[in-house]
Amino acid sequence: MVKIILIILQVIVLSAISPLASGVITKIKNNLRFRRGPSIFQPYYNIAKLFAKEEVISETASWIFRVTPFVVLASTITAAFMVPVFISGCKAGDLLLLVFLFSLGRFFLALSALDTGSSFGGMGSSREMFISSFAEPAAILAIFAISLNLGTTNLSAINSLYAIKLSTIIAAVSLFMVILAETSRIPIDNQETHLELTMIHEAMVLEYSGRSLALIEIASYIKQIVFFSLIGTILLPAFLSCGLVNNFTVFAGYLAKLFVLCVLVSFIEVNLAKMRLFRAIDFFSFSFVLALIAIIMAALGV
Amino acid sequence: MTNIFNLHLGFLYDGLSLFFLATILLISIPSGIYSLGYLKGHFSKGKILYNWFLFILFIVSMLLVVTVNNALVFLICWELMSLVSYFLVVFDEKSEKSQSAGTTYVVMTHIGTAFITLAFLILYKHAGSFDFGVLKAASGTLSPAAKTLVFVFLLIGFGTKAGIVPLHIWLPQAHPQAPSHVSSLMSGVMIKTAIYGIIRFIIFILGVGYLWWGNLILVLAAVSCVVGVIYALMEHDLKKLLAYHSVENIGIILLGLGASMVFLKINLPVLAVFSLAAGLYHLINHAIFKGLLFLCAGSVYKATGTRDIEKLGGLIKKMPYTSAAFLIGAMAISALPPLNGFVSEWLTLQAFFQGALASTSGIKVFLSLCAAALALTSGLAAACFVKAFGVTFLAQPRSNKAKEACEVSFSMKLSMCILSTLTFVFGLFSAIIFKNLLLISKSALGLKALNVNFSPNNLTLIAGNNTAVSLPLVAFMLIAFVAAVVLIFIFAGKLKAKKYNTWDCGYYKLNSRNEYSATAFSKPFRIAFSFFLLPYKKTEKIRESFYHVKTFKYETFTTPVFGKYIYAPLLGIILSLARFMRRLQPGSIHLYISYIFVTIIALIIFMKAF
Repeated sequence: MVKIILIILQVIVLSAISPLASGVITKIKNNLRFRRGPSIFQPYYNIAKLFAKEEVISETASWIFRVTPFVVLASTITAAFMVPVFISGCKAGDLLLLVFLFSLGRFFLALSALDTGSSFGGMGSSREMFISSFAEPAAILAIFAISLNLGTTNLSAINSLYAIKLSTIIAAVSLFMVILAETSRIPIDNQETHLELTMIHEAMVLEYSGRSLALIEIASYIKQIVFFSLIGTILLPAFLSCGLVNNFTVFAGYLAKLFVLCVLVSFIEVNLAKMRLFRAIDFFSFSFVLALIAIIMAALGV
Repeated sequence: MTNIFNLHLGFLYDGLSLFFLATILLISIPSGIYSLGYLKGHFSKGKILYNWFLFILFIVSMLLVVTVNNALVFLICWELMSLVSYFLVVFDEKSEKSQSAGTTYVVMTHIGTAFITLAFLILYKHAGSFDFGVLKAASGTLSPAAKTLVFVFLLIGFGTKAGIVPLHIWLPQAHPQAPSHVSSLMSGVMIKTAIYGIIRFIIFILGVGYLWWGNLILVLAAVSCVVGVIYALMEHDLKKLLAYHSVENIGIILLGLGASMVFLKINLPVLAVFSLAAGLYHLINHAIFKGLLFLCAGSVYKATGTRDIEKLGGLIKKMPYTSAAFLIGAMAISALPPLNGFVSEWLTLQAFFQGALASTSGIKVFLSLCAAALALTSGLAAACFVKAFGVTFLAQPRSNKAKEACEVSFSMKLSMCILSTLTFVFGLFSAIIFKNLLLISKSALGLKALNVNFSPNNLTLIAGNNTAVSLPLVAFMLIAFVAAVVLIFIFAGKLKAKKYNTWDCGYYKLNSRNEYSATAFSKPFRIAFSFFLLPYKKTEKIRESFYHVKTFKYETFTTPVFGKYIYAPLLGIILSLARFMRRLQPGSIHLYISYIFVTIIALIIFMKAF
């Protein structure tokens, strides 16, 4: 019972700090470009502003459009329960389920983009499904490699004493590439631009405003932090506690892991250009091959 | 020769037969209810009676196929099923398409039957009986070469019916041409009788001979699912799209089956039971959601008179029930939790994972690659159904036909409702259902005594490497979070929203011509898979002046690779051979009499000599 409460607490903390990760990344990116940039709390202000605004819904849209923000948020929060962040031993943490839960949210988001009848939405929807369907095999293969070393697809088996192998690291790199795409980062997508010919995720949510947009934004922040925590837990399983012990060190350790990942993502975003849509196939092929190498190495026991 | 006719007519009531029996009835009943509304107004009274006659005969023949215990009777029922379904395919005899589709179907299915007959004859020659029990007992002593031959013949024979790539060619032609309630039976159930055949004759009677049998089935299955879904993505005919998804899903079912055969050979009986059960689970799930989707497609056709999704759109407002049912079916087939499609794909992936964990290095990599193929398939399937649902039901109507659509009659809604409910039931109560499937799978593999650890509350796997998914819990969480956020909004008191046009870049009001079409949606996929699809496009500009293009025509097609490079040359060879053989028949009676004379002489010599 205590464990269940702890896990719920973990998801609440995770959701609460999730916009911060995006704020930190934006800040670092701006600093790297010798700009001051907005405060790291800017995502919170944005959400607060969006909640206060009136919503405009397209006349063409149906109930799918209204329901989507709720489904996206619900599936993302449910997915957040699957990843051990500071507390290990939650029995619900199946990695394959995690992949499918995110595809539930994506499915609805893609439908809602088509719902308004705008060509931007259609473009975004088509591209998102295109990219995600190529990301999926790479993700599954990487998860397989990680799980082969772990002995189960359930991430809750991981604890702070778990020794990582080289194949796990390679698989994590492959997974990280998928995560860059899934969190609509450069080189696949660009969160900063609203240029209709290049955007993917932003094109899908173009018609959303007010509260609905806020919910979708929150969902993408949570999705991002869930993925970051996943990588953090896989690569550095230290700082996982089994209960209410070492609270402060565990939490600080987790934040440090998160910060390192944020810096890494910022460096990638600043130093790379967005790829042409069809180059994404090469990107995922590379990720797939990395995951395959990881599988072969895991099979050889490295 | 005598005991061919001395049939021991009897029925099988083992788990496998009962499972298929239940699957057939589960889909047949809603389809029957559906046809009440669907046929009305479409066909004359006599035609409807004729349809009912064929429909019931079709169901009875399928029920017989999965229950008889004699190979010869099995063949007769199999043939009856094929022929009746042929008459159902050409039921709408006015259309040219259904005739040619029917011809392709009847030719392909008979090639399949010929191979099955050959396999049975080899078995009969060895065992001296057509009875399943005798065949099973005798197949143990079959020589390895004969065993392999029987396996290959059975695989080709049943593979044709199941629609394994490259034998799938008839499926996307024939299934859409039949009336929709029949399509739902053909795609949902009839092709599954081929899976029954594979399990019954290859796994149960023949026994898995070599490791490569399983590997071959896995490779064929992986190719089928990826090729099926790629073709489905390119398709804009709603029913044809669904038919290609049948190719894909047969592939997923066979992934479970093939994995089971591999595990049997590498001595992992628990996993063999597990993955066969996963395959069977996907089989019944596919029957449910594909049945549902075909019924929805039929409703769309009935309401609008077209199956071309480029001419549809906006139906969600006109046909709320049909669109909700289609959405549920689409979610299920895209393997989204907590619906049934997710459960079986998760189980299949888990089967691969557990197998990879337990096996040695080469098979580890192979099984992981199969899992990757499955993941690619499920990603592409989700894309395809975003396209199918989005273009058909969302945004604005693209033609007058779609504008004037209205909701279908009660009986049609009822049957769609039954099947939609079943997708939820088979998702949420998966643990109980899977437990029973494990028992069936044990009896099919002849491993009744085996103890498979399984917890009934959630889908927990084999002890030791346990991972669990509790679908009721996931569903509960999803609903709880949706409800929580909605409640917060209601108490915050501001659920009002302004309605306005879709953003039109400050231009003029958008109409349906501005919408993204299905062709546009699938364009990235067409480019990504261009090495296989070989697309070609034709553009045509008519200019008023150098600067002003008056009209612009854009056409794009993909090359049907299998039809063009395998079947067309094959057909050419057969036809030229036939033309060559025609020289034997110049029409002269004298020549024919001399043929008869020569034949008799030859026969006499033959009888004397041997």
